Amino acid sequence: MRALLIAAVFIAAPAPLLAQEAEDDLSLPPIVMSTEFPGEVEVEPYQRSNANAGATPFEGTEMWETFGGAEGVSAIVETFVERIVADPRIAEIFMAQDQVRLRRTLKEQFGYILGGPVAYSGRDMRSSHADLGIQSADMGALVENLQIAMSEHGVPFRAQNRLLAKLAPMRRDVVTR
Amino acid sequence: MPHIAEAAAAVGLLACAVATPVAAQIADWIPESRTGGKLILTGGVSTLEGSGGGGLATWAVTSGYGERDGIGGNVHATYVNLPDYELRSWGASTSFWDRVEVSVARQEFDTGETGAALGLGAGFTFTQDIVGVKVKLIGDAVYDQDTWMPQVAVGVQHKANDQGAIIAAVGGRDDEGTEYYVAATKLFLAESLLVSGAVRFTDANQTGLLGFGGDLNDDLEPQFEGSVGYLLNRNLAIGAEYRTKPDNLGFAGEDDWFDVFAAWAPNRHFSVTAAYVDLGSIATFEDQRGLYLSLQVGF
Ligand code: HEM
Repeated sequence: MRALLIAAVFIAAPAPLLAQEAEDDLSLPPIVMSTEFPGEVEVEPYQRSNANAGATPFEGTEMWETFGGAEGVSAIVETFVERIVADPRIAEIFMAQDQVRLRRTLKEQFGYILGGPVAYSGRDMRSSHADLGIQSADMGALVENLQIAMSEHGVPFRAQNRLLAKLAPMRRDVVTR
Repeated sequence: MPHIAEAAAAVGLLACAVATPVAAQIADWIPESRTGGKLILTGGVSTLEGSGGGGLATWAVTSGYGERDGIGGNVHATYVNLPDYELRSWGASTSFWDRVEVSVARQEFDTGETGAALGLGAGFTFTQDIVGVKVKLIGDAVYDQDTWMPQVAVGVQHKANDQGAIIAAVGGRDDEGTEYYVAATKLFLAESLLVSGAVRFTDANQTGLLGFGGDLNDDLEPQFEGSVGYLLNRNLAIGAEYRTKPDNLGFAGEDDWFDVFAAWAPNRHFSVTAAYVDLGSIATFEDQRGLYLSLQVGF
């Protein structure tokens, strides 16, 4: 997605401006749409594993049911992503990213951690956030939006905190600044 | 509630209105900083002594809402109504990069009518100024949810009381004192439970309101202070606190302190803490139990 933006700038910019950087830019990978997930941008190949979700799942299906199963988790993630891409504190970070993929992988990640019959197919937290320059305050803003989304969809506060306790340590991988 | 609480509320509302622009301005002055990174209530509230914590017990968190990339700060006004005394405290605290907290507070221990019975004169008031510094050493109380490691901080508080002559007359050794503490605080998020404990090396009589050291003991002694809090929702926590104290003065025994509290923060700029406190015996007057009300405004 970032590549797309950069490419757009290059098309628009006059050629001489680019002469210096040309060598670097030629090596940028081309934008390829995913065939497996229509509407998503293909990402660099990576090893798929549930371990990439960054937390061990809850035992049993109690948490999955408390969150309303697939439907509940999907609704929470939709509200969550709608909120973060509109939150002036952090919206900028999501602007040039593939939000279709983000919604799908978040639903998988939460579903997997909550003990649902879901596998996580996304990247691990460290590599997927490595280049985003995220600060601690961004993490706080993101968590707050997740709390509000969970509340909006009727997840009891204690259950919210149980999920957040699984996500909280990921700050070490996500925050790079 | 006497006028002090109303005045505090008015100050609070006013400060609330200016907190946001002030925060923005300070963030501009301090390079690479932003405000408001912490989750609501995770900076604690202001203790009677000005540092971040519960009401009576200091915690390892830095006060305010600045994260590792930011700054936070607040002002507080606290009023404690006891059967025979009145205790007022106000102050300010600023934290830098969730690492260093600097706080100042003024306490007024007003003996009211009791002052006459004590031979001090009605309305006799001990005033104590406190300057504190706290440094977070390791851990993160909120985010380190995969380990038992708490957030640990060390701190120092220097206290100066303005009634040296009276303090000496009742057997106190000093009107100034310095205390050192180490605090450990942990949020057990999966249980919605916050636990905090601190050991304070102190020779303060009634936390310094009656001076430092005495005829029975004049050394710094380790004392414990701790809090347990339960989060009811994002904006509301309830809990209890306990604080042990030295017993240095022969003329009057001193009891441990205890309280049950509720802290409510509708947003990152305003919080109210109400508590029922039991401060035990103070200067021979027993059973000092009453209402504690604290307003905090900041960012
Ligand atoms: C516990 C905290 C977090 C979790 C569980 C989480 C989860 C995820 C997941 C599952 C992905 C998709 C990975 C993939 O594409 O394979 C992702 C990507 C992303 N996250 Fe997070 N995230 C967290 C914190 C944050 C924060 C604090 C921000 C910034 C405010 C952020 C911004 C992003 C962005 C912009 C992407 C898209 C990256 C890309 O497409 O290359 N994340 N996150």
